[in-house]
Amino acid sequence: MEKPLSVYFFGTCLIDMVLPQAGLAAMRLLRREGIEVIYPQGQTCCGQPAYNSGYDAEARTVARCQLDAFSRDIPVVVPSASCAGMMKVQYPKLFAGTPDQERAEALARRVVELTDFLARVLDWRPVDRGAPLKVVLHQSCSARREMGVADAAKDLLARLAHLETVEPDHAHECCGFGGTFAVKQPEISAAMAADKADAILATGAQVLVSQDAGCLLNLGGTLERRCPDAAAQPSPRPAVKHIAELLWERTHDS
Amino acid sequence: MSDPRAAILSRLRARHPAARPLPENPVRRFDWSPQERLSRFREALAAVRGEVVLVDEDWPLRLFAWLRARGANNLRYAPATELGQELEQAWPDGEAIRLMPHREPVETCRQELFANTDAGLTGCLGAIAETGSLVLWPSVQEPRLLSLVPPLHAVVLDARNIRSTFHEFLVAEDWVGQGLPTNALLITGPSKSADIEQTLAYGVHGPKELLVLVRQDLGLAGGA
Amino acid sequence: MIPEFPVRVSQALGNERVRRNIRRTMDGLVLKRHKAFPDEHELAVLRRRGKLIRGHALAHLPDLLEELERNCQRNGIQVHWAETAAEGNALVRDILRRHGADLVIKGKSMVSEEMGLNHYLEAQGIRAVETDLGEFILQLGDERPSHIIAPAIHKDRVEIAQRFAAHFPEYPYTEDIEGLTAIARRIMREHFGRAIAGLSGVNFAVAETGTLCLVENEGNGRLCTTAPQVHIAVCGIEKVIARLDQLPPLLTLLTRSATGQPITTYVNMISGPRREGELDGPREVHLVLLDNGRSRIHGDPQLSSTLRCIRCGACMNHCPVYSRLGGHAYGTVYPGPIGGVLEPQLQGLDRLGELADASSLCGACGEVCPVRIPLPALLRRLRAEGVRGRQGSRVVGQGSRRKPLHRLIWTLWRWVNAYPSLYRGLTGLGTRLRWLMPKHLGPWTRTRSAPALAPRSLHELARSEGFRGE
Repeated sequence: MEKPLSVYFFGTCLIDMVLPQAGLAAMRLLRREGIEVIYPQGQTCCGQPAYNSGYDAEARTVARCQLDAFSRDIPVVVPSASCAGMMKVQYPKLFAGTPDQERAEALARRVVELTDFLARVLDWRPVDRGAPLKVVLHQSCSARREMGVADAAKDLLARLAHLETVEPDHAHECCGFGGTFAVKQPEISAAMAADKADAILATGAQVLVSQDAGCLLNLGGTLERRCPDAAAQPSPRPAVKHIAELLWERTHDS
Repeated sequence: MSDPRAAILSRLRARHPAARPLPENPVRRFDWSPQERLSRFREALAAVRGEVVLVDEDWPLRLFAWLRARGANNLRYAPATELGQELEQAWPDGEAIRLMPHREPVETCRQELFANTDAGLTGCLGAIAETGSLVLWPSVQEPRLLSLVPPLHAVVLDARNIRSTFHEFLVAEDWVGQGLPTNALLITGPSKSADIEQTLAYGVHGPKELLVLVRQDLGLAGGA
Repeated sequence: MIPEFPVRVSQALGNERVRRNIRRTMDGLVLKRHKAFPDEHELAVLRRRGKLIRGHALAHLPDLLEELERNCQRNGIQVHWAETAAEGNALVRDILRRHGADLVIKGKSMVSEEMGLNHYLEAQGIRAVETDLGEFILQLGDERPSHIIAPAIHKDRVEIAQRFAAHFPEYPYTEDIEGLTAIARRIMREHFGRAIAGLSGVNFAVAETGTLCLVENEGNGRLCTTAPQVHIAVCGIEKVIARLDQLPPLLTLLTRSATGQPITTYVNMISGPRREGELDGPREVHLVLLDNGRSRIHGDPQLSSTLRCIRCGACMNHCPVYSRLGGHAYGTVYPGPIGGVLEPQLQGLDRLGELADASSLCGACGEVCPVRIPLPALLRRLRAEGVRGRQGSRVVGQGSRRKPLHRLIWTLWRWVNAYPSLYRGLTGLGTRLRWLMPKHLGPWTRTRSAPALAPRSLHELARSEGFRGE
């Protein structure tokens, strides 16, 4: 893929409602690179929650809404490997044998995860304006496996000169979010999240970043419960940020 | 009552998946020199605690010394094989390690075999360099339990019979064409288990120690 | 009565000792597998080949089973077919009775676990003795395996030492692993010396040659199949492969994926009972081919990939759920991701559909499966079968997991997300009324703080920053 003139931005429902500053940061980054960023107001959710719960018909109805919202032949940048995976890998299966199959396949081809877009398509080389900082990177399972874009996030952080980036012990292991899994199997999910949170704390990093908001909500919420005293100095737990927020913060003129 | 065979097959036939060609399965093999095959075999077997020594015609004496060092009192072997004859001829007379020719069916020597046999000797069809495996081909002369029941197992291997991989072995020797014995076997090291805390313990059911006496010949003479 | 799954989950998560034992083993096995496949390209080629070989066998399953039967019979192996576990058990019992056996020594066999063979035989007055060290340890406590290849990993050496001391007071107490192994060897030798009958599973059944292939490290499998008068092999009908030369790639995939070994200590290829003039080997070899639901699974084009499984256990070793719960919490013979796929199909979604939910769909299992079974996709498919209304597939218990409340929730969710103006209205309203949001959100907030809704949604922020909305 070459650097496009315009891209769509799919904010994802989670970022839309809970972490909009991450979505905004990502869009600003793209706009600063001279790309026209289009945020279709008709977008909603990729449909993954229903799909992973086995409610295929409901998922399809909602997914079709995104086929409509992102219909032009330009890339769709997604600040979440999980939602990107849903659109890129699962949409063609979800719509196989339906009249929308072709549209779904076409959209799938245009979907790019944000860090992958920045690192690979734009070969973005930022100047780090921030102070030295130790960051722990949590890669989502979708980034590692379904999308295979884990290298991109690592790459981008490595391009920021004043960052020290580490990964937690058992880095390859899931944080326990898994969408509806966290609600359907709360105890197992909590046990996974607790281990991941401990591994993150053990790194002593000041900031936790990830390319997926789901993992961040899970880990941020768990970290908050595990060490409620955030006012202590130095804080026992890292600040929790989407990778787009961190990248924007450290590279723009304030 | 219905016939389970017919019922199962008819259920399986109810779906007609498209016939598939036999998947490509190129023979995995390496062009290693005889010397390299031997050294790889040795290395791979050593990694699983198999002992390898290079020998010539004096192999029975080397075996004797190995058994004596382990306090063995007897050695069971297959007398009708070439190896058995060589063993008998070269075995030191009147010494502490008694040769026990294995001639009887297991039914009549079970107690002797399970309780009173310290070591067993077998030959082998060859070996596999990649994994350090011995290929055993038990026969009328050389029964199956000889390589399994005694706590010590010694095997005589001719270096020229080491092939690079199992795949190469069974294809080159045309196992399918010549027909398999009742119990073809690959043996790679002594018996072991990791069932307790994933920690290896040797000699669980089979031999605790495995010795391979490698006879070199022509192509390899003087090589090691 | 086995308690419900959530109860078992709580129990498992609350048992620190078991959790520690399992985690330690899983970490070890993951590392060993990793080291066993240093070349990613080779691994990719091998996995593809493994998938194709097993897929080919399944595509030709009825023909290959007939070929296997023909060639086994030519070799002198007696072949029996069982549609159900009960039929399989009865077949085994009849063979044992005919030989007057009151004792059968067993090599490790998951299919015999699936049949519940030991308890069945016990009730019939026949003692079945497990001889695999791990299974032997479990049988002393009447426990089930917690892992398909490392059955006793939930136990540590101290627990095993105590168990041995209670059962075999004549031996001095030891916590030394070599010492414990030596005790087990001596006790089992007595059984090997006198048993008339041995029973084993089968790793691969080769149609072309009528050969039963078994892999193991201990030698108990060889003893069970060689020392007694009669050998009975129990084998799922899916274990057949077409050609002998397909064994090497499958064996290397199996042992490297399972334990990181290039090969097991013993690879045992049995092609018949004792022949004229041979001094040992069983006088009779029987092969029991068990269906028990497999032919039904075979009938579904997607789910039939379940049957490619070669039982290496790698999906369990890499599963973050399994490595926290261990096998017992699943309450099934096959635990972990493959268990979550196989067991609900064998026993019905109505009974075990919940197991398909016991996954975060992280994808670790699918990534390591040596025959590339798309485990996450199959788990998802079974979730869909559980809540799907209309008939059409053969999955037992289809639709049994539909709950009115869930349907209502997903219907509402669909309404909100299928109408962008409704979605924008509600998210806008939600963010404005976020102070109304409860601090407790059911299970989520038991261990986490609640996520806070943002004051303005991204839809609004994008508009106000001038991003085109199309």
